Amino acid sequence: MSTIETKPDGLIDRRTFVDHLVANRSDDLCIVAGLGSPCYDLKAAGDHPLNFYLYGAMGGAVPMAMGLAAAQPEKRVMALTGDGEVLMGLTGLAAAGAEGLENLIVIVLDNERYGETGQQTTHTARGVNLAQTAIGLGYRAIRDIKTQDEAAELHDWIKTVQGPACAVVKISAEAAGMALPPQDGVYLKHRFRERLLGVQPR
Amino acid sequence: MTDQAQADAWRDAIFDAFQDAGIAQVAYVPDAGHKRLIERTHAANGMRAMSVATEEDAVACLAGAWLGGQKGALLMQSSGVGNTINMLSLAKTCQFPLPMFITMRGEWGEFNSWQMQMGETTQAHLELSGVKCYRCETPEDVAETVRVAIDQAYNGNCQTAVLLAQKLVGTKKFSDGGLGDNKK
Repeated sequence: MSTIETKPDGLIDRRTFVDHLVANRSDDLCIVAGLGSPCYDLKAAGDHPLNFYLYGAMGGAVPMAMGLAAAQPEKRVMALTGDGEVLMGLTGLAAAGAEGLENLIVIVLDNERYGETGQQTTHTARGVNLAQTAIGLGYRAIRDIKTQDEAAELHDWIKTVQGPACAVVKISAEAAGMALPPQDGVYLKHRFRERLLGVQPR
Repeated sequence: MTDQAQADAWRDAIFDAFQDAGIAQVAYVPDAGHKRLIERTHAANGMRAMSVATEEDAVACLAGAWLGGQKGALLMQSSGVGNTINMLSLAKTCQFPLPMFITMRGEWGEFNSWQMQMGETTQAHLELSGVKCYRCETPEDVAETVRVAIDQAYNGNCQTAVLLAQKLVGTKKFSDGGLGDNKK
């Protein structure tokens, strides 16, 4: 397990954080990663059949994880997403809070930027607080993470927390580089279902 | 059969088709025309009604359901189709099966001019997004069409829509509190 690093701006390095978060993951963890850097971070931490990467469908990671968590109550289901995607899909964050799924965990990598489109600032750079938002949306467990030590605790937290849970992690806006996962959505779907359900494509 | 019994019967036929097909998650944004079906879904054993606040979340939710091994169906009004367009790329690109059941506005007897634009273009929008559309104009059409749409989506890993015509669903009026023929 790597150590979570910080960047020169003093904020958490996203790549080593995600690597630490999912290190030695248990077999019952399913992850839906939102488009852009969350996908690259998760791929860099190690590809896995129970990773489903979105290359589009912005706003979809949390509601998709919600449907998966409802279908698989014995598994732990994580949406790994960013502030830009969550802001586009606030309704999905609300639906998942209202649904009350104990096995659903939302991790928001909040760099206050739209990383894919030129580092324009998001609302979180202008006073919008997503951890406070999660309180109002009915999440049972909330973490507002700003330091390495706090971030390191999430590794165990995601294995035991009773959801719906949401952790908002302030990360450095410094880009971490692309680590591209498979882009073929049909392949990603089949390998996920084959590992989870033991079903072959027809 | 009374008018009310007939209005209930085709809605119950949709519910029966869901049960027979093993639909486990029904994601919806409410519509008066789907009121009875939504209530039956909430009350059903072995079926989970997933309430979402905008229709694209239903598309994503049901993709997740299928990833987790459950069949789903989406209920919405025609005005909600516009909200789904980009999220339908998730279903299309990954070939997630997705049957949708859409109550139409903006056609037969529509009283609200603001509903016309989306209602008149609903089918074209869906077809441009690669969704196979079937219209139901009469109560007799519903049961078989719903079964075909579900089977096609799940046999073909594709997206289908049943457009329930406004003439079938009933016309809403401001003067009766907006519940129109669906006030039961």
